[in-house]
Amino acid sequence: MSGVVFALLGVAIAAGLAGTGSAMGVGIAGQAAAGVVTEDPNKFAKVLLLQLLPGTQGIYGLLVGFIALSKIGLLGGGINWDMPVAEGLLYLMGCLPIGIVGLLSAIAQGKTSAASIGIVARKPEQFGKAMLFPAMVETYAILALLVSILAINAL
Amino acid sequence: MSDRSYTYAVARIRALESGLFTTALIEQLLGVRTYEGCLRFLAEHGWGDADTPLEAGAMLERERQKAWGTVRELLKGDDEVLSVLLYRDLYHNLKAAIKKTRDPGKHTGRIYYEDCEIDGRQMEQIVADRDWQALPAHMRRAAQEAFETFCHTGDGQLCDMMLDRAALEAIGEAGEHSREPVIRDYAESMVAVADIKIAVRCHETGKSLEFLRRALAPCRSLSTDRLAAAALNGTDAICGYLEGTAYAGGAQALRESPSAFERWCDNRLIETMRPQKYHAFTAGPLVAYLLARENEIKTVRMILTARLNGLSEPQIRERIREMYV
Repeated sequence: MSGVVFALLGVAIAAGLAGTGSAMGVGIAGQAAAGVVTEDPNKFAKVLLLQLLPGTQGIYGLLVGFIALSKIGLLGGGINWDMPVAEGLLYLMGCLPIGIVGLLSAIAQGKTSAASIGIVARKPEQFGKAMLFPAMVETYAILALLVSILAINAL
Repeated sequence: MSDRSYTYAVARIRALESGLFTTALIEQLLGVRTYEGCLRFLAEHGWGDADTPLEAGAMLERERQKAWGTVRELLKGDDEVLSVLLYRDLYHNLKAAIKKTRDPGKHTGRIYYEDCEIDGRQMEQIVADRDWQALPAHMRRAAQEAFETFCHTGDGQLCDMMLDRAALEAIGEAGEHSREPVIRDYAESMVAVADIKIAVRCHETGKSLEFLRRALAPCRSLSTDRLAAAALNGTDAICGYLEGTAYAGGAQALRESPSAFERWCDNRLIETMRPQKYHAFTAGPLVAYLLARENEIKTVRMILTARLNGLSEPQIRERIREMYV
């Protein structure tokens, strides 16, 4: 079996899991945002920003996916269909951090964003502080992104 | 805990909570010296609708309808939470229907809650037909017993006591079986505070131990036997018993004055609900909002009545409930 199969599996995990997590996170925060806007449409801009925060993991997954595809040669041409299985597995391993952490952190961030939207609903002047709570979750998605990029670039 | 997602509902409630009266706003309302001025103050703060007359009854009723309408809409299909909140109204309708069926001319005007599971007209029909099976399971036996007792004795107080006890038992049981922590807390607090109130009133009216035992509903945080025994021995005995329980504040309020005790009873329920301010995904904040609105409406009604009757400032302040926000 060609190592390309494993490498592409890694790409699918990076983009797929992180994207799924973001979709779920944005969905959770979106429900809360809709609840607030139902009663107070003036808070639309503030709650929209909070809703968007869990969307970044999907972008990170996409970025790692692109880098991996580029390194494999699927984007620029010159793919080596006889890639060793071990090399393919290394791509897969490199993609795992952003895939797994992206999925879980986006869901957690969505819940935190929903809770922060509750703060904005009651005390809109505390928007800055409310932003910080979900932003803290982002740290771990960024760490996973860095590890994935460094690992794939090193191959 | 329920599998249902309350994210949208809680966020909407959070937005609505910003419109709840704070202690500062209640102070401002207290600062308004006239009854008409108070009504204008309420209207300025969004109470009533454009077509609601500037009249206390209409404004307060409209606010109650708004609160229930919103929570009903948000809890649509979630009978576990909604039904427990409506038990009091449901049993009230049964009490009213039994009395009206027996003495039709005596009970006129608006005596029913129309926005609950069985409205007044349906309840009257059920009582007239003795169709107890048409009632929810938890009401059937109590309804039949209360009806027969009332028909034989004509004792409205005894009938009320039997149905009040059944209502408290139903609330307590719903709380025990509920997956929602807020319903468990609400039921426990509701039943315990109601038992304490019953004990105090029974002492004041000189009821017997047998009456007390029939009236007090079982709950986990109080021993009804000890409470009943204390009620026979006077206010000090009730206070002495309460001081050793989680309801020690009630003892202090009872020693202070009857109105301080009534205030403590309402405050205790709001205190139970206060942790719901920090939940973002459960039904808790919805229940808490509804109770907070009921509490707010009750406080405003008290202020308006006091203004109308020219009560003094300290007398009014003694009756002011703690606000949820």
